[in-house]
Amino acid sequence: LRSASTATVKDFKLHAFEEKHGTPSTTVQFEKDELLAVYKDMNIMRRMETTASEMYRDKKIRGFLHLYSGQEAVACGMVAALRPQDTVVSAYRCHGWAYLLGCTPYSILAELAGRGDGCSIGKGGSMHMYSEKFFGGNGIVGAQVPVGAGLAWAHKYKKDGGTSVSLYGDGASNQGQVFEAFNIAKLWNLPAIFVCENNKYGMGTADHRSSASIEYYKRGDYIPGIRVDGMSYLAVKSATEFALEFTQTHGPIVLEMETYRYHGHSMSDPDVTYRTRDDIQSMRKTNDPITNLKKLILDNEFATEDELKAIEKDARSSISKDAKKAVSASLPDEKHLYTHILYQEKAKDVRGCDNFTWYNE
Amino acid sequence: EKMAIRDVLSMAMAEEMRRDDKVVLLGEEVGAYHGAYKVSRGLYEEFGPERVVDTPITEMGFAGIAVGAAMNGLRPICEFMTFNFSLQAIDQVVNSAAKGHYMSAGILKAPMVFRGPNGPSKGVGAQHSQCLAAWYGSVPGLKVISPYSGEDCKGLLKAAIRDPNPVVFLENELLYGVEFEMSEAAMKDDFLLPIGKAKIEREGTDITLVGHSKGVGIALEAAAELEKKHGVSCEVINMRTIRPWDEEAVFNSVKKTNRLVTVELGWPRFGVGAEILARVMESDAFDYLDAPAVRVTGADLPTAYAENLESLSFPEAHNVVRSVEKVLNL
Repeated sequence: LRSASTATVKDFKLHAFEEKHGTPSTTVQFEKDELLAVYKDMNIMRRMETTASEMYRDKKIRGFLHLYSGQEAVACGMVAALRPQDTVVSAYRCHGWAYLLGCTPYSILAELAGRGDGCSIGKGGSMHMYSEKFFGGNGIVGAQVPVGAGLAWAHKYKKDGGTSVSLYGDGASNQGQVFEAFNIAKLWNLPAIFVCENNKYGMGTADHRSSASIEYYKRGDYIPGIRVDGMSYLAVKSATEFALEFTQTHGPIVLEMETYRYHGHSMSDPDVTYRTRDDIQSMRKTNDPITNLKKLILDNEFATEDELKAIEKDARSSISKDAKKAVSASLPDEKHLYTHILYQEKAKDVRGCDNFTWYNE
Repeated sequence: EKMAIRDVLSMAMAEEMRRDDKVVLLGEEVGAYHGAYKVSRGLYEEFGPERVVDTPITEMGFAGIAVGAAMNGLRPICEFMTFNFSLQAIDQVVNSAAKGHYMSAGILKAPMVFRGPNGPSKGVGAQHSQCLAAWYGSVPGLKVISPYSGEDCKGLLKAAIRDPNPVVFLENELLYGVEFEMSEAAMKDDFLLPIGKAKIEREGTDITLVGHSKGVGIALEAAAELEKKHGVSCEVINMRTIRPWDEEAVFNSVKKTNRLVTVELGWPRFGVGAEILARVMESDAFDYLDAPAVRVTGADLPTAYAENLESLSFPEAHNVVRSVEKVLNL
C-alpha cells in the first residue's frame, strides 16, 4: 500500500506575475496520514458548525452566528502549509480557523454558548475567538485586513521569517481599507498574503452586484494574484506554500479562493431571497470540499469507505459530547465583567450601571 | 392602532419619498433584501432601484457619496446597517456633512439623514453593542435624534428628512419589533414632530427622570414600580432629540420636582447624562435641586457576549429604582 502520492490540481489563474516570481505547482504531493488527519479536521469543522446551528435554534447560542460549512478546504489547505512563525487574522466566520489554530472544539462550543470554559471566557462570542497565532475573529467587515498588514510589518521588522495571512470575503473586498492595506503592503514590501474567500455572496448580495470586478485575484492591481480552486484541499495547500515563499522575497500577494457557503450569511439570514435551495444542493452534490477529499483518499486507496465512515462517526460523537458539556458548563465568573479592560491593570473603580455600583479587582 | 417600530419607520420613509422625488434611500441590503432588519420593507417594490439603492459593504464610500448627493440637490437617507458600522464612515459624517455649511460660510448644505440602529443589542458582543449618541451629540453642525415610541419615529424621521441639515437618526434594534400605539393624527402623512423638543411621557412631582430611546422605557418601568413601592411620583421626560436637546423642558421639570436622575444605555464617561447634569449645574435649575443629581448608564466597559455579564453591562429598571431611592433617601 502506498503512503504518499501526487495529484494534479486545476490550473491557477495568475495576475501580474513576472518571470522572477515563478508559479505555483499544479502537481501536488501528499501523504496518507496527512489526508486522513485533514479528513478528520474537515469533518470536525463541518460537524461543529451543524451542531452550532442546532444550538442556535435551541437558543443556546445568542446574537450572530456565521457558519463556515462549505469553505473547509480553504482553512485546512492554508493551515497545512503554514509554518510556526506565520500569523493569521480573519473576519467573523472564524470557528474553523480558531479550531485549526489551537482552540479545542469544546472551547469553541463553550464560547458560542457563552460559558466560562469558552476560548474567550464567554466574553467574545461567535465572532471573537483567538489563539497565539490567530488574531481573530473581527466583527467589522474588512477591518482585519489592515491589521493583517500590520502583523506582516511586525514580521518584517522582527525579521522572524513569518508571513501574515489576512482573510476577507468577497463582500469585504470592496472596503476602502482593503486597498489602503494593499498599497502600504506593496510600498513597504510586506510579507502578507491577502486572501479573498469568495463564497459568492456578501450577506445577501451576489458578488456581481457588489463588485465592479469579480476577478478578486486581480484587485491588488500591482500586487500579483492567484485564483485558486477553494474547494480543493490540495490546490489551496499548493498555492499557500508558493505564496509563503513568494512573500518572503517579493512582498504581498493576493489569493482568491473560489468557494461557497452552505448556510445563510448568519443564522438570522433566511437565505431564500437571493439563491435557491437547489443552488446549494447542487453545490453540495457536485463540489463539496469534504467529498472531494474523500474521493482523493479513496482513489489513492489510503483508506476504505468504512474507515472514513469511522472518522465521520468519531467526529460526530466527539462534537456531540463537547456540545453537551458546553451547554451545561458554568457561566463566566462575574468578575470577568471587569477583567481585561486594560492590559495587566487590575480593574479599579470601574463604574457599573448606576452611581452605587463600582467594581474593583 | 398599534404598529411595530420597523413598520413605522418604513411608513415614514415611504410617505416622504412619495412627497418628494429627491428623497432616496441608500445602504447595505436596503433594496432587494429589504434591509438587514427589514426596516425598508416594501420600498424597493414601490420606488424601484433608482431610489432604493443597494450599496457594497463600503461605509466610508457610500456615506461620502450620500454627502455629495445631498450637497448636489438630493435628500439622501443613508442607512447604516448598524451605527457600529458608522464608525467606518464617521469622518464623512463629522468632517464633510456636519462642517461643510460652516466652512463654506453657507455655500454648502447637506440635507440628509444618517439612520440605523444604535445602542446595545443582545448577545452580539463588544463590536456590535454600543451607544454612540454622545459621540454624535458632541458635533456642531449635526442634529441628532434618538426616538423612543412609534409616534416619535414617525414624526421625527419625517422631520429629519425634511430638515435642511444633516441629521443623525439613532434607532434601536431591540425596539424594532415592539409595537406602540399610534394616534389617528400620527397615521396621517402630514404628521411631523419638532426636532429639539422633548416630551413629558408621565407627569410627576417628586423626581424627574430624563432618558432617550430605550432609556425612556426603563424610566417608565421604574416610575411605575416606584409609585407602587413607595408612592413616589416620577416625572419621565423623553428627550427625543439629543442635539439640540430640550434644556428648557428638563430645567422646568427640575424646578418642579427638585430632583433629577438621567437614564441612558451609553457609557457613563463624557456621556449624555454627563451633559445633562453639567447643564443643570450651569443653570438656575441647580438652585432648585434638593439632592445631587445622578446618572443611570451603561457600565464603563466593552460589552461581553455571555448573558450573565451582558446583563450587568446595561441598566434596567432596578438601577433607576435604586438611584431614585438613594436620591430621595428612601
